[in-house]
Amino acid sequence: MTALVEMKDISISFGGVHAVEDVSVDLHPGEVVALLGHNGAGKSTLIKILSGAYRRDQGTIMVDGKEATIDNPRDAKAYGIETIYQTLALADNVDATANLFLGRELLTRWGTLDDGAMEAETRRVMNRLNPNFKRFKEPVKALSGGQRQSVAIARALLFNARILIMDEPTAALGPQETTQVAELTQQLKADGLGIFLISHDIHDVFDLADRLSVMKNGKLVGSARVEDVTKDEVLGMIILGKCPPGAIPGPGAATSEELAGIAS
Amino acid sequence: MATPPRSTPRALISSAEIDTRMIGMVAALFVIWIGFHIASGGVFLTARNLWNLSVQASSIAVMSTGMVLIIVTRHIDLSVGSVLGFTAMMMGVVQAEFLPPLIGYDNGMTWILALALGMVIGISVGAFHGYVIAYLGVPAFIVTLGGLLAWRGAAWWVTSGRTVAPMDETFRLIGGGTVGSIGETWTWIVAGIICLGIIGVLVNGRMQRSRFGFPKRPIWAEALLAICGCGFALGAAAVANAYPWPRRVAERYAEAQGIAIPEGGLTISHGFAVPVIIALVVGVVMTLIATRTRFGRYVFAIGGNPEAADLAGIDTRWITLKIFALMGALCAIGAAISTARLNAATNAQGTLDELFVIAAAVIGGTSLGGGVGTIVGAMLGAVVMQSLQSGMVLIGIDTPLQSIVVGIVLVFAVWLDTVYRRRSA
Repeated sequence: MTALVEMKDISISFGGVHAVEDVSVDLHPGEVVALLGHNGAGKSTLIKILSGAYRRDQGTIMVDGKEATIDNPRDAKAYGIETIYQTLALADNVDATANLFLGRELLTRWGTLDDGAMEAETRRVMNRLNPNFKRFKEPVKALSGGQRQSVAIARALLFNARILIMDEPTAALGPQETTQVAELTQQLKADGLGIFLISHDIHDVFDLADRLSVMKNGKLVGSARVEDVTKDEVLGMIILGKCPPGAIPGPGAATSEELAGIAS
Repeated sequence: MATPPRSTPRALISSAEIDTRMIGMVAALFVIWIGFHIASGGVFLTARNLWNLSVQASSIAVMSTGMVLIIVTRHIDLSVGSVLGFTAMMMGVVQAEFLPPLIGYDNGMTWILALALGMVIGISVGAFHGYVIAYLGVPAFIVTLGGLLAWRGAAWWVTSGRTVAPMDETFRLIGGGTVGSIGETWTWIVAGIICLGIIGVLVNGRMQRSRFGFPKRPIWAEALLAICGCGFALGAAAVANAYPWPRRVAERYAEAQGIAIPEGGLTISHGFAVPVIIALVVGVVMTLIATRTRFGRYVFAIGGNPEAADLAGIDTRWITLKIFALMGALCAIGAAISTARLNAATNAQGTLDELFVIAAAVIGGTSLGGGVGTIVGAMLGAVVMQSLQSGMVLIGIDTPLQSIVVGIVLVFAVWLDTVYRRRSA
């Protein structure tokens, strides 16, 4: 089966610092792949290359086995790649409808904004996602953290995403809302979406993900199926860069000499 | 006996979706007007003064609509006064000195060519500012501060500081004055069109809400809005029509047209001045742009969160360039109005206009933090500024004191707005 997305040997540097170096990851339909690593390990940067926010220096991105040109967020969206950013990336001063359709507004035949149609669609989607949501006319900044999160999720799902990137989707949420996001993730997976999940929470990852990839200092430590590794082994990958036997090592895996150096 | 639950005024206003801020501004304007009326011994609220006020406010009002979009996107434009000066000078030179030898005096095309050239220059200058700001990454404050100096210098350069006059006869209509007004009949027609427009917008909004099954405004609120809107339009028309031409001018006109002068003197009404009509049209068009187009939506999204706008795939640089180009076009319209009104293009034209334009936008509720502002608010702000100016002249306050008052009012208005926002947030 061809991969939905394949990122091969991706590199990007900012002012001489290699934020991401020769990283390769892939994602299949109906699969959740978790990206793990410390702050500054390069997870968000890697994912922003896929979502078009950054332009890579090197490497190729394949979508459905064909090379894809992703130079800006619009290109990514055209491939069905949608992103829920950690910061949510909402325009706080406008309402939920304006945010959901930002950059993809529906127009009337006169070329003006079709606010009615957009609001109707927003009400439909939000009803499914968060039936308690009623504040359609208020600027997003007046909403609670959970409501804002559902607006960001609704925006990603509105346009039939095939590839969903979730960057710390539960960081700002309470326990109940976190459960909701987990359920939603399972449902989307069943619908055949491919999901990249970036998370600090190793428990979340083991609950939701099929595979995981660990990054450290911009390099890939290794990738593994979730059932082939233990939580402790994954922590070892994150902290020490030590690749366990159940994982496929990447260029960033620590060599046995390095590990011996740390141990002594 | 149980009484039915009474709705509080606050709940009533919110169900009617009436902007309390706007009510506050209109109320403040009336307080200013009545205050000046009393202080001036009954001169302020006369047809003549209000008519003049409307004409004097129109140039600033036109430019303030563009400044709203600029401030909403967290930029500033300090160059509008100088750009006005430069485009005014170019339009003046073209119609007074360049075109007549080529196509003759009083050619019907002169005013169109001059105006078109002014627009092209204004748009080019604005687009150039926008390019440097958006694509070269120089802060708008610096670029337009440079523009403030450079274009004022350029205005001087065109004629080495010489004043250019007179303007083309047709071009002068843009500036208002006795002939630059549309007369009684047309004023009523325009007012009627405005009433129909207001009712049309309300009816259409209600139909849209029905179509999608959204909650509707209570019918009394719709009626109230319609009555207030139409009342205002008809009232303004009545005021404009109550200001007659000066008797001599009317008599000369009658003589030239071969009209018999009736007993008791001839009364010809001014009606709305052309610049006021221009400002109204600009206001409507800019409101449509700001609220009903993608461009306008993007302007506000960029103002709310530039990074989010970027990530949503909006070409924020291109939008920024277009905003400044639009501001340039509005400067050219402002320049045409003020040149036509003065019947001359002078080197100092538009000096300090940037500050009045920014003040009008800010008094009108545009937040310097970005993301918030309305076109109609800015235009009201322009009227407030002009009312203060005219009122103080009428009651004989010295010029330096006028500046002090305007400065204090600006700061006070923004402070009030800050308090209001904090409480309503």
